[in-house]
Amino acid sequence: MGLLSKKDSKLILDPLADNNPITIQVLGICSALAITAELKASIVMSISVLFVLGVGNVVISLLRNIIPSKIRIIVQLIVVAALVIIVDQVLKAFAYELSKTLSVFVGLIITNCIIMGRFEAFALGNGPWRSFLDGIGNAAGYGVILIIVGFFRELLGSGTLLGFKVLGDPIEKTGLYSLGYENNGFMLLSPMALIVVGIIIWVQRSRNKALIEDH
Amino acid sequence: MEHIELFFKSIFIDNMVFATFLGMCSYLAVSKKVSTAVGLGAAVIFVLAITVPLNWLLDQYLLQPGALVWLGGEYADFDLSFLSFIMFIATIATMVQLVEIVVEKFSPSLYNSLGIFLPLIAVNCAILGGSLFMQSREIATLGLATTYGIGSGIGWFLAILAIAAIREKIRYSSVPPALRGLGITFIITGLMAIGFMSFGGMLTGGDEESPKEEVTASVIEETKENSTLNEVETSEDKVVANNIKVNE
Repeated sequence: MGLLSKKDSKLILDPLADNNPITIQVLGICSALAITAELKASIVMSISVLFVLGVGNVVISLLRNIIPSKIRIIVQLIVVAALVIIVDQVLKAFAYELSKTLSVFVGLIITNCIIMGRFEAFALGNGPWRSFLDGIGNAAGYGVILIIVGFFRELLGSGTLLGFKVLGDPIEKTGLYSLGYENNGFMLLSPMALIVVGIIIWVQRSRNKALIEDH
Repeated sequence: MEHIELFFKSIFIDNMVFATFLGMCSYLAVSKKVSTAVGLGAAVIFVLAITVPLNWLLDQYLLQPGALVWLGGEYADFDLSFLSFIMFIATIATMVQLVEIVVEKFSPSLYNSLGIFLPLIAVNCAILGGSLFMQSREIATLGLATTYGIGSGIGWFLAILAIAAIREKIRYSSVPPALRGLGITFIITGLMAIGFMSFGGMLTGGDEESPKEEVTASVIEETKENSTLNEVETSEDKVVANNIKVNE
């Protein structure tokens, strides 16, 4: 990467794999799992978090020397809430159907632990440009997991991807369905999101033994 | 009757953790020991029971379309609902701070067991989620909002208590190394969520629409009597909840 120094590109690349906010740091699971039944919703959610975390990190980083440390949580919450209101209004204006599917989970980006966690751990102690990169990196790490989960749940649960019938038509029995394949409707129910994330964690930790916890 | 129905519904059917994944971060982070899990769970019940009714009042008299009509006819067209996120989170953050100060002043022993968890709670999704669900499900009265707050809190408490107990035991099992810790906790939670799905038909027997309409007409008169009754019922339900936990 010519544009970024080695240290800066590490800020983006680390959270994508070995320091992933969801599977390693266990943050931001709250609003992540419930909306992953469709790939489209996962992508929109990832983009929203990318925007909120990128911009929020810059704002907090610019304000870091004037925020009194006693009330910093409230200041952070207000900054996030303002950004989330922007996202919510944009979604309602341009993608109304989708904003109905996401329902309260857009609002819950406010309490997404990744955001507060990055504000506390990074933006309060670093300059705006590095905070921005850190925000983008962590939001991308969050998005990757969301999109993987959304991909498998939509593919196995309803046989579609982004609404396209990639496995054939279940009613007219074309494609895979002509061989007797059936959709697994269970994948669309909420418990399977947890189990899919569990399996992702399993795969990731089997590949990188250094990440294994001792209980 | 409507109170009891909503109460059980918010504990079991719409359980915060298993049905909507709210408060998962602290659920996973603080569930290694039963004693800390109880502390956090109690704090969540406490804060939800305060903030949900408070945000209900805000929603009803400030934020809803046309809510400002009590100020005078010219305010009837105002719609401030886009402000609800910021108002709710500000209320929650303030209330948590206020509760912390009050508890520290009047009951140091409670503060010692609960206090360290209170700041954590301001950013717990379960709290904001409770208020947002209260708004989107259009809960009708202040009494029902309180019931909903307490019920969801108890549901969360139950979930974190159960997972903490399981995690204490599973430490002695030979889990595949890569699944240890976080991975197995996710999968257990998934299995527990499947278990909780079976509560789905508990109250209504799968028939949601028909019995409700008769109840709503008489609710407004009954609300005041019910709210006192409800406190008695809450303590009884805790006993029931404990029994369920023992059976697990």
